[in-house]
Amino acid sequence: MILRRILIANRGEIAVRILRTCQQLGIETVLAVTDPDRDSLAARLADGVVFIGPPLNYLSVDAIVAAALSAGAQAVHPGYGFLSENAQLARACDKAGVIFIGATAEQLEAAGDKVAAREHAVAAGLPVLPGGEIADPMRSGGVAAEIGFPVLIKATAGGGGRGLRVVSDPAALAGAISVAMAEAGAAFGDPRVYLERYVRSGRHVEVQLLGDGERVIHLGDRDCSVQRRYQKLIEEAPAPFLDQGLRQRVHRAAVTFGEHLRYRGLGTVEFLVDRDVGDFFFLEMNARIQVEHPVTEAVTGLDLVAEQIWVAEGNALRLSQDDITLSGHAIECRVNAEDWTDSFRPSPGTVIAATFPSGSGFRVDSHLQPGCSVPPFYDSLLAKLIGIGRDRAEALARVRQAVTACEIRGVATTLGLHAAVLASDEFAAGGVDTRFLQGFLDRIGSEAGSLG
Amino acid sequence: MDLTNDDVRDILRLLDGQPYQELELETARFRLSLRRTGNGWTQSTEILTAPHVLPGSADPADLAVTGPAASSPGQSAELPPADSGLTDVRAPLLGTFYRAPRPGAPPFVEVGSAVTPDTVVCIIETMKLMNSVTAGAAGTIAQILAENAQFADQGTVLMRIQPE
Repeated sequence: MILRRILIANRGEIAVRILRTCQQLGIETVLAVTDPDRDSLAARLADGVVFIGPPLNYLSVDAIVAAALSAGAQAVHPGYGFLSENAQLARACDKAGVIFIGATAEQLEAAGDKVAAREHAVAAGLPVLPGGEIADPMRSGGVAAEIGFPVLIKATAGGGGRGLRVVSDPAALAGAISVAMAEAGAAFGDPRVYLERYVRSGRHVEVQLLGDGERVIHLGDRDCSVQRRYQKLIEEAPAPFLDQGLRQRVHRAAVTFGEHLRYRGLGTVEFLVDRDVGDFFFLEMNARIQVEHPVTEAVTGLDLVAEQIWVAEGNALRLSQDDITLSGHAIECRVNAEDWTDSFRPSPGTVIAATFPSGSGFRVDSHLQPGCSVPPFYDSLLAKLIGIGRDRAEALARVRQAVTACEIRGVATTLGLHAAVLASDEFAAGGVDTRFLQGFLDRIGSEAGSLG
Repeated sequence: MDLTNDDVRDILRLLDGQPYQELELETARFRLSLRRTGNGWTQSTEILTAPHVLPGSADPADLAVTGPAASSPGQSAELPPADSGLTDVRAPLLGTFYRAPRPGAPPFVEVGSAVTPDTVVCIIETMKLMNSVTAGAAGTIAQILAENAQFADQGTVLMRIQPE
């Protein structure tokens, strides 16, 4: 089936990004828009818009399916976030006779549930962080010995880095677990905790997959270790300074996982690479296009949205693994509407000016234009600035230039932070771990403090 | 047909060999401004085309009152007058007001709850970030004025406290 009209069920830069590919492919675009997004750039660029009402209706399966039907769209592209990994939407589309551009409902469920995903990873033979649930603090010694110290105590109901505790001394374990259980009970209403191997210095490395339900190939890796509170800030492809043998094993593990699920569409398998021992562990799978996909596009020369649409049309992959050649390097900065000098306070508002670098070696994905509003309802991503070069040094020079050339007025942005990180020796050296950014912020914070 | 990235690239290729420092281009559909910087160009684009609303699209006026976050942010008209002696708890920034740490969990406080200045009384979610709001005064929760999961403007009075 050749798709002629697609409903885009998303907003912001990714809606603009999907629109661009559809326009190149000659596919008509209809955009679902909520009230605050009625005059957005994506709404102006789309062939048609359908109003879906209040701000949070990008999360309404009923509103999205109704919009697709009223627009006469043959398919729905969910983008990332919102309903992009929602099995209910996939099923509702199926029922309505509309193609969901993404994985199957079963695959979304398998990837979306952390416990299920871990079980699938084990079944597929992938390394997972050794760990286990603890019922009784006094009988935790055996589990911990198997895992090896130091161990991390995690609240089963926790998330976002809360309720974590590192124990290095076996004698302190039982006491620490009792305290952690009491805290978890108070904070989350669920006292259960589990133990996990503590990785002192880990890198976030992920592999881009593309499958058609039968065959799965990988499109190389990305490093997304520059994070704050599990939010990625800078990403690059390929991951720098990964031992060639390790890189190949990570790629193979991702493909094995995709094959195990008979994966269809675009997806990403995330791993934690232990910098000390050179091991890697499965973290999770994201069954959708990702924010950082442009760096992969830059080094593969592919249009990943076009490949998503190709597979959604029911075609077998038109690429084999041998067709994938990786060349050059790309680094992406996510510019957010946050005041990074004031605890990253969100900064919605009206954009007065939006100037971006232009020309070869740069790519900018953004939905900003002068006069547009940045509503408070949605995530704070304003623009992705991508520097592309023949090697990492050139990509770094370009992305530095891009950050310098970028000017956004009307809302606070993280541009200044990006400039500082890109100028640091650690980032320039490459291969930082996931704790780098917090340490960097602490250092420049205390430097600023000592100056004041 | 809208302005594409390829169009801009072609224009830049033309400009590169020319002695011009900037270009301003305005049509009925877009405004493009290109400026030469140290070793490249910067671009600012404004698409002027109005969105094309499809027939059969729901009337936003109908939809606007149905959703969970659709309340009008300004609530001053219905705001009960401040009783003398009560302390206001205001939204520190605009966002969605939540009374509990997560769906299904018990609320942080109820009317009658005793609080200290540091007691977390609610959350304001802005751009996917959860901001804890503290009581700011010691006493007892006297009124809860905002409704759960509703949008609140910066400075909106969310609760009132009877100080000790």
